[in-house]
Amino acid sequence: MLSYAVRRLFGAIPTLLVILTITFFLVRLAPGGPFDGERTLPAEIERNLAAVYHLNEPLPMQYLRYLGQVVQGDFGPSFKYKDFSVTQLIWSGFPVSLQLGGTAMLLAVVIGTALGAFSALRQNSGLDHAVMGTAMVGIAVPNFVVAPLLTLVLGVHLGWLPTGGWGTWSQMLLPVVALALPQIAYIARMTRASMIETLRSNFIRTARAKGLPERVTILRHALKGALLPVVSYLGPATAAVITGSVVIEQIFGIPGIGRYFVQGALNRDYTLVMGVVIFYGVLIILFNLIVDLAYGLLDPRVRYD
Amino acid sequence: MRNFRKFLACAGLALALTSTSAVASRAEVVLKRGNGAEPESLDPAISTGVPESFIQMDIFEGLVHPGPDGTLRPGVAESWEMSDDGLTYTFKLRPDAVWSDGTPLTAKDFVYSWARMVDPTTASNYAFILWPITNAERITKGEVPKDQIGAVAVDDHMLKVTLRSPTPYFLQMLMHHSAYPVPQTAIEKFGREWTRPGNIVSNGAYTIQEWVPQGHIKAVKNPRYRDAADVQIDTVFYYPVEEYGTELKQFRAGELHTTYDVPQELIPSLEKDMAGQFRNSPYFGTYYYGINVTREPFKSDTKLRHALAMAIDRDILVKQITKGGEIPAYGWVPPGVPGYQQQQVAWAKTDQKTRVADAKKILAEAGYDKGNPLKVELLYNTNDNHKKIAIAIAGMWKQFLGVETTLRNEEWKVYLESRNKKQFQVMRAAWIGDYVDPYSFLELLRGDIGEQNPAGYANPDFDATADKATRETDAAARFGLLGEAEKMVLTDMPIIPIYFYSQQHMVSDKLKGWQDNLMDWHPTRYLRLE
Repeated sequence: MLSYAVRRLFGAIPTLLVILTITFFLVRLAPGGPFDGERTLPAEIERNLAAVYHLNEPLPMQYLRYLGQVVQGDFGPSFKYKDFSVTQLIWSGFPVSLQLGGTAMLLAVVIGTALGAFSALRQNSGLDHAVMGTAMVGIAVPNFVVAPLLTLVLGVHLGWLPTGGWGTWSQMLLPVVALALPQIAYIARMTRASMIETLRSNFIRTARAKGLPERVTILRHALKGALLPVVSYLGPATAAVITGSVVIEQIFGIPGIGRYFVQGALNRDYTLVMGVVIFYGVLIILFNLIVDLAYGLLDPRVRYD
Repeated sequence: MRNFRKFLACAGLALALTSTSAVASRAEVVLKRGNGAEPESLDPAISTGVPESFIQMDIFEGLVHPGPDGTLRPGVAESWEMSDDGLTYTFKLRPDAVWSDGTPLTAKDFVYSWARMVDPTTASNYAFILWPITNAERITKGEVPKDQIGAVAVDDHMLKVTLRSPTPYFLQMLMHHSAYPVPQTAIEKFGREWTRPGNIVSNGAYTIQEWVPQGHIKAVKNPRYRDAADVQIDTVFYYPVEEYGTELKQFRAGELHTTYDVPQELIPSLEKDMAGQFRNSPYFGTYYYGINVTREPFKSDTKLRHALAMAIDRDILVKQITKGGEIPAYGWVPPGVPGYQQQQVAWAKTDQKTRVADAKKILAEAGYDKGNPLKVELLYNTNDNHKKIAIAIAGMWKQFLGVETTLRNEEWKVYLESRNKKQFQVMRAAWIGDYVDPYSFLELLRGDIGEQNPAGYANPDFDATADKATRETDAAARFGLLGEAEKMVLTDMPIIPIYFYSQQHMVSDKLKGWQDNLMDWHPTRYLRLE
């Protein structure tokens, strides 16, 4: 298993190189540059800026320079937030996004799988329809509707919870809920579907035939098998959620890294966009690996040779 | 010895008691300000935005500094003299001026800071603000070394500044963040990270204590500031809340004392429901449409430009579309510059009906009719407010003049590129003055300013009049010349003024001392929380 993991990690290097290369040239293809603003700069000032940030060099040269930096773990200075390097910005924001996204994901997995299993066992009953209907609403109503509604009711009108900010438990509650809701819905629907399928499979019939108590059959055998599709969804979903949500961060004023994906691109902050994209790429690769390893634990048919 | 120790212990206890009672008698006063966006930098030479300038105004102090009403007051300089030819300023610095680390602040600090500002290796966007100083522009261009800057420390407390030409708004410009003193020792020691808490040394009423990117910036009172005794608020938090809706909710929940802005669409309801805390006042900015005068049909036909301008019903626009208390604009320079006679287009005195009738005549004379309508492409950057205004104006042009308008919206940076390359016919734009002077607006339309000129407008008479005004040392005569220049713009109409901006804030009724002003400057040191 270890050698498999190491092989996979080495295999990730070319993938990351491709991500880096495509992003590098793509952001530079976009019209406009990092230093364009309402006030057009005198030509000499523009030249000085370009020189300081090496934007006056030919593109292949810039690419090689950047590659050399990244290999040394340096993502360069942010073009927009000039007092910080990209690495500093990511390390300042990522713990926040991780805490927020991690909590939301945990909540989503626990509640989502429980609701999904609950529904599957009562397939086509009134309760099943109620739970799945609610889940459908959870998927359909976007974050930018749920979050302001939550803050308006619980924060402004009732005054129970703060409407924004970061640092205390009470400030965490609303954003975690807003972030978890659609995930709960997805996971519940996915668990239900795969649970129903699993319940019809041969090994469950066998388990029942040999007289195992229903509780053991469901928890030990059915649920374990039913979780496989959920686990493969969780890998990329967790990577996405813990790298922050621009919507949630904007609405609650949370200092995570989610907004850098959007702001970085809008500001043509080349280095910041590159930094967060590569960081996200690394996380996705990492979580997909974790998913594959988890498969081995859940599914006896999977072997790592 | 033992007695001495006892004595020490008693003294220590007494000290502790008195200091705790002193603390207890006056609880920490904490102000929470919504501040718009994460600062791109706190380095006065690097930052370009308004949110940054609000923080810098609290932590730094220039030779002159804005008072609570935004007008000029002595800062680090206690007095100054201008030579008769307007070319030399001599500033007398306060002898007790110090940095927050206790080192004296001297004239040399200003020489260093300004030379750094215009130094090409600093690559400051706003270097040109200091270009009126002798040699400053040439330093930025790399033609002369930076020690040639026309600012000399005569002694520790005397700064002599020479200008390349008389610049009557020079003192106003010194209120700009580009002119703040910056700490040489910290900059040389920490490089790009000198503005961080722990590294930063500043000279204003506050110093930075915490900086969480996208989270908050916390500043605390600087006990060494000269007026520290008069500063009531101990701690300021600046929150970079970009979503105005979120900001308003935080304000209503009591989590903010002031907001950076308010959601435009809520202004009418805020005026009604939160009248006591909603502030709305004129701002030094103009919303306008620029006409590309380097391309036909507008290149040779000035009247056609007027026709488009006349057909816009500005009253309807500000009352029913923007609804934020904006003022319909018939001139280029916003009202409120003391001593300057505001200019207006000739047809501003007539009513809207007459204007429309006249505009129709112009179009007919130019040969446009139903079968051959004037076609206009209108460029704006993607934004709901700009879109609403563009649709309304295109509607007015269609209804009153039969003009067929195509709307083209582009994302901000793409729009800027189209604009600079003059790849548009008509485009929306806005200008906010950097200092309270008509020239801050008129400069934009000079023929020799390059891409910055939004219309490609080049009128030698205008440039000559502006130059003449620059050389004029008598304030009234200078304003007269600038007025003439503005009149030329309003005759040639390369830009269509639409409205003068207003600014909105929510200000808690617990916060006293907030004075609405044209530049929207509200240094924390003049505010009080009750």
